[in-house]
Amino acid sequence: MSDETRSTAGTASKGWLSDVRLWAAIGFVALLIAPQFLYPVMVAKILCFALFAAAFNLLLGFAGLLSFGHAAFFGFAAYVTGYALQTLRFSAELGILAGVAVAALLGLVMGLLAIRRQGIYFAMITLALSQMVYFVALQAPFTGGEDGLQGVPRRPLFGIFDLSTNMEVYYLVLAIFCIGIFIIYRTVNSPFGQVLKSIRENEDRAISLGYDADRYKLLAFVLSAALSGLAGSTKVMVFQLASLTDVQWQMSGEVVLMAVLGGIGTMLGPILGATIIVTLQNELAQVGSLSTIVQGAVFVVCVLLFRRGIVGEIGPRLRRWRNR
Amino acid sequence: MTRTKATLLAGAASLLATAASAQGISNDTVKIGMILDMSGAYSALDGEGSIAAVRMAIEEMGGEIDGKPIELLTADHQNKADIGSNLARQWADQENVDMILGGANSGVGIALQDITSEKGIAYINNGAATAALTNENCAPETGLHWTYDTDALANGTAVAMVKEGKKSWYFITADYTFGQKLQENASEAVKANGGEVLGSVAAPFPTQDFSSFILQAQASGAQVIGLANAGTDTQNSVKQAQEFGVVQGGQSLASLLLFLTDVDAIGLDVAQGLTLTTGFYWDQDEEARAWSSKFEERFGAKPTMVQAGMYSSALNYLKAVQEAGTDDAKTVVAQLKEMPIEDAFARNGRVREDGLMVHDMFLAEVKTPDESEGRWDYYNIIRTIPGDEAFRSIEDGTCEAVKG
Repeated sequence: MSDETRSTAGTASKGWLSDVRLWAAIGFVALLIAPQFLYPVMVAKILCFALFAAAFNLLLGFAGLLSFGHAAFFGFAAYVTGYALQTLRFSAELGILAGVAVAALLGLVMGLLAIRRQGIYFAMITLALSQMVYFVALQAPFTGGEDGLQGVPRRPLFGIFDLSTNMEVYYLVLAIFCIGIFIIYRTVNSPFGQVLKSIRENEDRAISLGYDADRYKLLAFVLSAALSGLAGSTKVMVFQLASLTDVQWQMSGEVVLMAVLGGIGTMLGPILGATIIVTLQNELAQVGSLSTIVQGAVFVVCVLLFRRGIVGEIGPRLRRWRNR
Repeated sequence: MTRTKATLLAGAASLLATAASAQGISNDTVKIGMILDMSGAYSALDGEGSIAAVRMAIEEMGGEIDGKPIELLTADHQNKADIGSNLARQWADQENVDMILGGANSGVGIALQDITSEKGIAYINNGAATAALTNENCAPETGLHWTYDTDALANGTAVAMVKEGKKSWYFITADYTFGQKLQENASEAVKANGGEVLGSVAAPFPTQDFSSFILQAQASGAQVIGLANAGTDTQNSVKQAQEFGVVQGGQSLASLLLFLTDVDAIGLDVAQGLTLTTGFYWDQDEEARAWSSKFEERFGAKPTMVQAGMYSSALNYLKAVQEAGTDDAKTVVAQLKEMPIEDAFARNGRVREDGLMVHDMFLAEVKTPDESEGRWDYYNIIRTIPGDEAFRSIEDGTCEAVKG
């Protein structure tokens, strides 16, 4: 994985095909006009999950930390935002910021405890801590238990920009998505990102070079948690609800699935993975009772065909083909 | 002057009348969308069986209303509120769905109610246990709750058992909102009818090992042990209560939420003697038996109360559309509130102002293996609980739209 990821992270640019800015611009324009052809709520949902998967990938793909507790940040931030909008009557941006702040704080606490261990132990600790968050969400009076928070109002942005239609919310989500992805891109392609990758490849070596590995890992964890929270909070604006589904451990598994399916350690992978999973869930809903089975089958096929995820497999092939 | 006024008024009135009749059936189809759990925990009691039941209702109407075909869309919400919510919005915006039938899962159920009320389409829920649908989250102009809610089940069982002389209660409660609400409702009903609550114990949700909770309940010496839980928790607690000989020891075991499919899963030798409230039992009377055997021919199992409720709500909705001559949600819902609800499912049913379909409930006891004549022959109906006794009254509810 390491060679490819390094070159996708953008060391050398060989012609227009590998110009990140060009592709980003094409993607942005496509997303700008997408709601003319696709159902805006659906695309907005994909963007929320894509941001969530990308935030998760920041940790798994670039710092090599497999967290099984990311649903806690995603789902709990959703509750906080829902509560802030509904009961505290915050405006949209403050509601979302409140969700992000709480997610970051949760990330700090969970990160401090979890980064002391590695591999499977790290995963188990994050899973256990996120289950604690789940039980808080299940029992705390403000979350509404299994009823969830419902009918959360779409309050105006900054108190002036109306967000009552699906289109307006879509463009808000698109803006937040772009900001989130940009932050991740900048993080990965910065000296900080380079240190993260070196820790992923060889932690002892990085420490011997004088880097405080724990501090870097903690920072990455908090950043990933905050961005996951951003995705969860934004989702509340789209669906006007926060429910237990988003804090459950299954959601932590789903985001792993999205990232692995698309290709961990790539920028585009998690976004593609999230698109595929969310679209599958939605389209298969109308097929009937087979939806979960088909999802499983798709996953198995992808794992067999694309060991490094779809983008992780196709990207290097494209590059080889071009270099010939 | 007065004459012109009168003419004007008459003219306006006739205009209004034509406007109402011109509404007719939108897009020349009556489109029903079903959003329910088809692959998860509720799929046995809801799922494909509910779809079969609704198809039966559509066929009973001849597949059309005044020459306009009835169409059915179905989807699996996978127990995710956002999937259900997305589908409902999409169906409302792009498919011109006239009515949505929502299934089990309270979170999804309430989300659908909010969307349908915003989009102005009719909504009937069967299977979501939460009483919030006709209380704090009520939408009485478009949203109805049909089969049962937590209030009716807890209240029904508690009142009926206290009246049978079983006055002292102890609760084993699933430790989250749903369980706490069940316990609260049942406790109130027990006390209001002269009984007493000796205590309760909160079991984490979900729990595998109920032994310590059951021992505490046994030690309390209460006549009734109330299980304020659902699903696998109920199945586990019932199984373990059997192992500890609760019923044999002279205490009654009451489940505050139990479906026919749960009993089928646990088996009669374990579940025997359990008391419960149900909104429908396939063997409750001749009409229910006749419809249920038709259902069984088609689906291969007897209907649960949720599946029968789906049939009933679809059938009555379609009748109301026919009666009102339009599929405009508010008109049809108003029409439903005028009609008596009486079919294979409902006894003495009526749709109340706050959207709750009040109908007779049944207090049942699970048969012993010797009494049962085969699969699905599981309940003895001990008592019919009149709707007004089982369901919470409008005055005690919190639906602001009807309380004013």
